[in-house]
Amino acid sequence: VGEMETAPKPGRDVPPKKDKVQTKRKKPRRYWEEETVPTTAGTSPGPPRNKKNRELRLQGAKSTHILKKSRISKKPQVQKKSREWKNPESQRSLSGAQDPFPGPAPVPVEVVQKFCRIDKSRKLPQSKAKTRSRLEVAEAEEEETSIKAARSELLLAEEPGFLEGEDGEDTAKICQADIVEAVDIASAAKHFDLNLRQFGPYRLNYSRTGRHLAFGGRRGHVAALDWITKKLMCEINVMEAVRDIRFLHSEALLAVAQNRWLHIYDNQGIELHCIRRCDRVTRLEFLPFHFLLATASETGFLTYLDVSVGKIVAALNARAGRLDVMSQNPYNAVIHLGHSNGTVSLWSPAMKEPLAKILCHRGGVRAVAVDSTGTYMASSGLDHQLKIFDLRGTFQPLSTRTLPHGAGHLAFSQRGLLVAGMGDVVNIWAGQGKASPPSLEQPYLTHRLSGPVHGLQFCPFEDVLGVGHSGGITSMLVPGAAEPNFDGLESNPYRSRKQRQEWEVKALLEKVPAELICLDPRALAEVDVISLEQRKKEQIERLGYDPEAKAPFQPKPKQKSRSSTASLVKRKRKVMDEEHREKVRQSLEQQQQLQQKKEAKTKPTGAWPSALDRFVR
Amino acid sequence: MTANRLTESLLALSQQEELVDLPKDYLLSESEDEGDGDGERKHQKLLEAISSLDGKNRRKLAERSEASLKVSEFNVSSEGSGEKLVLADLLEPVKTSSSLATVKKQLNRVKSKKTVELPLNKEEIERARTPLEQEIFNLLRKNKQPVTDPLLTPVEKASLQAMSLEEAKVRRAELQRARALQSYYEAKARREKKIKSKKYHKVVKKGKAKKALKEFEQLRKVNPAAALEELEKIEKARMMERMSLKHQNSGKWAKSKAIMAKYDLEARQAMQEQLAKNKELTQKLKVASESEEEEGGAEVEELLVPDAVNEVQMNVDGPNPWMLRSCTSDTKEAATEEEDPEQLPEPVAHEVSESEGEERPVAEEDILLREFEERRSLRQRSELNQDAEPADSQETKDSSSQEVLSELRALSQKLKEDHQSRKQKASSEATVPQVQREEPAPEEEEPLLLQRPERVQMLEELEKEECFQNKELSRPVLEGHWSEKTPNNHPDAPKEKKKKEQMIDLQNLLTTQSLSVKSLAVPTIEMLEDEVERNQRQMIKEAFAGDDVIRDFLKEKREAVEASKPKDVDLTLPGWGEWGGVGLKPSAKKRRRFLIKAPEGPPRKDKNLPNVIINEKRNIHAAAHQVRVLPYPFTHHRQFERTIQTPIGSTWNTQRAFQKLTTPKVITKPGHIIKPIKAEDVGYRSSSRSDLSVIQRNPKRVTTRHKKQLKKNSVD
Repeated sequence: VGEMETAPKPGRDVPPKKDKVQTKRKKPRRYWEEETVPTTAGTSPGPPRNKKNRELRLQGAKSTHILKKSRISKKPQVQKKSREWKNPESQRSLSGAQDPFPGPAPVPVEVVQKFCRIDKSRKLPQSKAKTRSRLEVAEAEEEETSIKAARSELLLAEEPGFLEGEDGEDTAKICQADIVEAVDIASAAKHFDLNLRQFGPYRLNYSRTGRHLAFGGRRGHVAALDWITKKLMCEINVMEAVRDIRFLHSEALLAVAQNRWLHIYDNQGIELHCIRRCDRVTRLEFLPFHFLLATASETGFLTYLDVSVGKIVAALNARAGRLDVMSQNPYNAVIHLGHSNGTVSLWSPAMKEPLAKILCHRGGVRAVAVDSTGTYMASSGLDHQLKIFDLRGTFQPLSTRTLPHGAGHLAFSQRGLLVAGMGDVVNIWAGQGKASPPSLEQPYLTHRLSGPVHGLQFCPFEDVLGVGHSGGITSMLVPGAAEPNFDGLESNPYRSRKQRQEWEVKALLEKVPAELICLDPRALAEVDVISLEQRKKEQIERLGYDPEAKAPFQPKPKQKSRSSTASLVKRKRKVMDEEHREKVRQSLEQQQQLQQKKEAKTKPTGAWPSALDRFVR
Repeated sequence: MTANRLTESLLALSQQEELVDLPKDYLLSESEDEGDGDGERKHQKLLEAISSLDGKNRRKLAERSEASLKVSEFNVSSEGSGEKLVLADLLEPVKTSSSLATVKKQLNRVKSKKTVELPLNKEEIERARTPLEQEIFNLLRKNKQPVTDPLLTPVEKASLQAMSLEEAKVRRAELQRARALQSYYEAKARREKKIKSKKYHKVVKKGKAKKALKEFEQLRKVNPAAALEELEKIEKARMMERMSLKHQNSGKWAKSKAIMAKYDLEARQAMQEQLAKNKELTQKLKVASESEEEEGGAEVEELLVPDAVNEVQMNVDGPNPWMLRSCTSDTKEAATEEEDPEQLPEPVAHEVSESEGEERPVAEEDILLREFEERRSLRQRSELNQDAEPADSQETKDSSSQEVLSELRALSQKLKEDHQSRKQKASSEATVPQVQREEPAPEEEEPLLLQRPERVQMLEELEKEECFQNKELSRPVLEGHWSEKTPNNHPDAPKEKKKKEQMIDLQNLLTTQSLSVKSLAVPTIEMLEDEVERNQRQMIKEAFAGDDVIRDFLKEKREAVEASKPKDVDLTLPGWGEWGGVGLKPSAKKRRRFLIKAPEGPPRKDKNLPNVIINEKRNIHAAAHQVRVLPYPFTHHRQFERTIQTPIGSTWNTQRAFQKLTTPKVITKPGHIIKPIKAEDVGYRSSSRSDLSVIQRNPKRVTTRHKKQLKKNSVD
């Protein structure tokens, strides 16, 4: 389900950039790569510095993307590849020179480890030879595929951007104007403000590819545009309060939570549906792999609408009053709802009750966000605290921070940056790496807006944060926010209409059933032990015996004079005794363990307090 | 009683003396065996036996009689050691840890040593201390009873010594006469017994019965006790007769009589007589006699019981029937454990101490409660006095709901005021730079109040009473403080502590370790001075203190846990087998018997997570998609799970890997006809070239024979 598990595709992605590959691999260069060496030497030692003495690189500049796109279609790339593979053979055969690096190139172990899925920490019971061979085959297959995936990792050429202060300089001091000044024109064009003071605070949503932006003002203003080219797709006024807005699976469909009902528009601004079963919706969330639109309503219902067939899959009563805090876990498609009693509940359409409830805050919960790996959840409450929880089974807060006014809106970026909107200020915190939680000590960036924040979202595959506020929309640059490499078949920002249509069909074919949503999606790959046991029990009852039971040992008759009845009995006895001994040993061990436990329990109570202890102060 | 005991001890003493004599016998035997060839060995043995007598190493060493190189567990004899061989011993390592071994040995030695009852020394007996003993000794001396040697009294000894030859002769003659008389009598009896006349026997019997009755009458007058015994005997005889089926009309005689009865008047009479007798015998006796019988039985039982039991009975005051029964039922235990009466008081004492332990904390809590109440009233007073000082007094806020309300009101007023003042300030501070650095705010509101340990103990209760008094208290620190001061003054620590820990943990989650604000861009409109802001934050915290979120959550969790627990099944039918009706409950025993306890499920996932409720319900919709049957070679579900953990879809794999993972086992060329398999294909002779269209994907799977065949085909 999650994006984390996907492997980089060699064919789909951007071609490799030589210099980056070089830095990654410590292998000595190959003889046919001679001409690239000077370029790497030239680029690597000193990245260009601007006048303010800070390193600044911004990924996702439009120009670079266009370059990539053009390169995909270019033929030289293919030729190069073929040369790489063919050259050694021809060399050997013609000139007799030997390949200095025979065999396939080595793969770093850590990278391979990243793609290994078999959990070897769990011990297996003793298995037969046949089973063992099957297991070995499975493990070999895993290794092979993970090596292949690791090999194709080098095709992910883009690296995330970053912002680095010189000698303890605080990056939070750097304002947008400085960044815009430092970056190239294409990237600078991504920072803009839309002054829309007329129709109140705005909520906004980027499409999955990150190319399109839809926003709705509270006073009815709904618009969608290709925000990179600034081409307006539609602009209407629905003459009703707009509470939330969200793209469906593609940019062609748009769901708008209006005052009474939920409406769906197309990219022309034509109303396609009015879903009256979803009324007084406050928040919308779209689960892309399940084609589900989750709506939280004022009436306290969480409704799942399957947009591929137009059916309501589940309508769950949260029994916690008005719902206006919602976010999804992109890893397992679980919906997180924040409640006024300080709890956050986790929902799946398959269950009538919440999967889990976490007490997060003393006051009500104001905002919830889950990072793209599904590991961390950030929540802020009326008690002015911002907390980051670990979602991997423990649900314990990892870090806490008290904010002067509390955060009203939270959002995670693809690479784990956390943004909080507090009043008219936006704060961004960054972690050490991709898989680490954002450290709340020092903000990475801050920005002040012309009005209080009403909606926040990081743009996927672009280092851009969109902020909706009462004064309109602001698109600000946040270096290092987004995933630099995109999956060309899954969510391609540069796809044509045809490509989109094809993708739509494929995505629909691969739609995940709604009932598979659960806290641990990997649990689906496990055997249903309960029904397995039930089935076995029934079988035993039906047959009158256990077909898989171990047959009692029957000694085989040996050569003459050695297979006397007495010796047979003796052999049988031996086996029986051995089994019995094993049993006794086990039971003894158990007893010892129990005793140890008991001793451990009784020890602390051993010392009785004296009667005079009560006077000890 | 005391005299009895004394004699007993004396008896024991004599036995001891016999024991002491034993070695002498051994010595004798030694001298006898000296001549033998293996005298040496025997001598050794003897020495061992002697040395073992003093009790130090009584255990005989295990002896292996057969020579063998191997020492295996199968020919280990358990003879000599005197202990039974246990399998567990065999499984254990030969050498136990050395440090423990010595201790174990010592313990064993102590165990094996039995406290030998030493006989009282002569001097001790002679030395009569108590007046009672003195009296007894006096008595014994007066009657010339033996004090030390119990075998013969002096009188007997004297009589033995006094017998002369004449007397002996007389005595012998007497004896001879008695023997002769006995033989005569025996002969007579034998002769009488041989008389075949039934009539004679009848008469004799009747005579005997009459005589017995007469004697019985006499006896009743003279000696009622003996008469009673006699009666019992009679009764027994009656019972025997009744049991013997003599008068049931089933004997040979009775049957013949029954045939004759039709014609013979005498026979008829005899039959009637017999019937009457039968009736008389089979009559049901009165209940009283039955109870008497029972009592008799009980007495018999008691007679069987060893003396120790009787002693115990005597110890027990009063003839309590229940006590009697209990005593008789576990006679063995009572017999073996003579120290039972001494052991009894111990558990009682223990119970007493336990109950004390239970009472103590309650008392402590009471004291604490009182203390707390006092403190609270004090604080109230102080607060009333210092109402003018807002910031610090607010912190020590009280718990009662009324006060909370009033304070909330006050807070709102203050907030309004603050807001107004802020607006004024905002206008003046319009030129302040936008990104402002805040000064580090105070870490926590206040260092800990100096607390006594009891206060922490009380916290749980306080929280129950909606007293979130010191939310900012950092609990762990406090706990450490408490534990330092009072290492073990908590009587029932484990249970309570556990509970508390959970609570404290939850508190921790929500209160502590919040980072202080260091550098943030603060919204313009709400630009505040530090103090004002701190004030406000504090106010907000206090305002939400009333919301008992934690308690609600804990309650919810408790309910969820209860609901998910498997329920016991109660099968008791009220009124079944006993009285029923309104207000009557089935007995506890019955309820216990018919209550089917549900097996305890696995521990909850959120057992150690106080702030989480995890739903334990199974997602049946998802389970429908899961694998339910293990495929063939797998015997355990985990084995199979391992083989399906790697995804094979193109989403998760590179294109080549995906293709390789999903290639079919058999690839067929399009356009080729695949003919059905024939016997020839499997056998020796090859068929036409049709099977070339089928290409095995995996070359390993092509067996050698198959390969040969393929080659042949190609050659053909």
